[in-house]
Amino acid sequence: MTDTVLPGTPSLAATAEPLVQPLKRPLVKRHHWIVRVTHWLTAVLLVGMIASGLQIYGAYAHFGPRGNTYMVPNPFDATRYRGFPEAVRLGGWLGGGLNWHFALAWPFVLSGLLYLGYLIVSGEWRSLLFRPRDIRPAIEMQRYYLGLRKDHPAQGKHNALQKGAYTFIVALGAISVLSGFAIYKPVQLWWLEAMFGGYELARYWHFVAVWLFVGFSLLHVALVFLVDPASLRSMITGWYRGRFPNHD
Amino acid sequence: MTDPRLLRRDFLRLAATAGPAALLAACGWDGGPHLQPSLGVMSRLNDWVGEKILLSPTRLAREYPVSQRAGAAFPSYFISPTLPVLADPAAWSLEVSGLVKRPVRLTMAMLQALPSVTYTVKHHCVEGWTAIATWTGVPLSTVAALVEPLPAARYLRFDSFDQNYFNGWDMPSAMHPQTLLAYGYNDRPLMPDHGAPVRLYSPLKLGYKLTKYLRAITFTSDRPGGYWEDQGYPWFGGV
Repeated sequence: MTDTVLPGTPSLAATAEPLVQPLKRPLVKRHHWIVRVTHWLTAVLLVGMIASGLQIYGAYAHFGPRGNTYMVPNPFDATRYRGFPEAVRLGGWLGGGLNWHFALAWPFVLSGLLYLGYLIVSGEWRSLLFRPRDIRPAIEMQRYYLGLRKDHPAQGKHNALQKGAYTFIVALGAISVLSGFAIYKPVQLWWLEAMFGGYELARYWHFVAVWLFVGFSLLHVALVFLVDPASLRSMITGWYRGRFPNHD
Repeated sequence: MTDPRLLRRDFLRLAATAGPAALLAACGWDGGPHLQPSLGVMSRLNDWVGEKILLSPTRLAREYPVSQRAGAAFPSYFISPTLPVLADPAAWSLEVSGLVKRPVRLTMAMLQALPSVTYTVKHHCVEGWTAIATWTGVPLSTVAALVEPLPAARYLRFDSFDQNYFNGWDMPSAMHPQTLLAYGYNDRPLMPDHGAPVRLYSPLKLGYKLTKYLRAITFTSDRPGGYWEDQGYPWFGGV
């Protein structure tokens, strides 16, 4: 190679670069804006729904009808719990809690429907819906997390356990909305009420859903930071540069 | 109905502020001067959905076996400092007037002479509890047929002698076949704890809509509020 230096070209010494480029993770587009907007909207609305829900619950912190009370497991029954602290309640009193709850419920439902609509139209449900064929990979994934397997199983956009979690949380959202409508209009929507085993049980499942939401959210946030912090950025900007760039 | 643009604005405002709102839950926040009106607009929208979309004027609430009655466990609320009791029950009468052709004053004997209905149904309290009981009374629609409401009558106002407790009702709910002027409770005459001598009853409304200690019924064209409704409980209050 001749040493001709073209005018305007910097000398070789000045542009010396390491021979081997460090392996750079590709930057991939991961989340559509609909997914990002509905994700954060849901997160915010869910906090409001739960806070106002706990306010409402405090007006009668028991389950089962008067006179024929049946016990369902409830660590927050008024007989053994003094009620939720003001810091986690929204509305100030029953009427305030109801107004918040019934006002936020609509954007909560619409946001969920927009998200589901997007998944269906885009076909993205395929990388999220947990199906029977995901059972085996889910077991492998669990073995990896438990240290029974050294290498991370191959995965697409989400691993099988994530699919399970995301399918579960969408189902939980549907259950909480449907049980909510069942206790909102138990006479007019009698078939919904019946689906949950009657008014008192619908109210109970609505309350159980709260704790499943809380449990999911804690685990969800913990896993983001422990396993794949890059996914946080992708849920904000849409772009992902992390360990799992594959798309399916 | 409210202006849809107004509604959309309230909707967006609510959605945008729900987060900080949730964080402000610590104050037992009711929305404050800026959001309280938006919450009110949403509540009116929910009233509209409850009456115009979800309420069936003919569907009957389920009836239950007498064995499932709550009995003494059925709570009873009133707002007076002491149980409201008539000094002279014989002098009591129910005034039915307002936008009607033939206003009447119904005595207990007149009410009891009208065809009655008895059902065992579930009571839903806004607080979240339920209680089953048997109620006997005259369908309000029967009394409405007597007084003949004018076309302009779109709402009803129920007044009590429990201080100033009152309620406003929509016409479709009031004319539902299970809406009663009840004078019997669990096979016996209605007692003061449950609103004697006559109370409004319906398994289609939350308990706070079921005016006890009835004194007057007024057909109106303007939407009456209500004791709790004016403080923030949903106006329609239907289940």
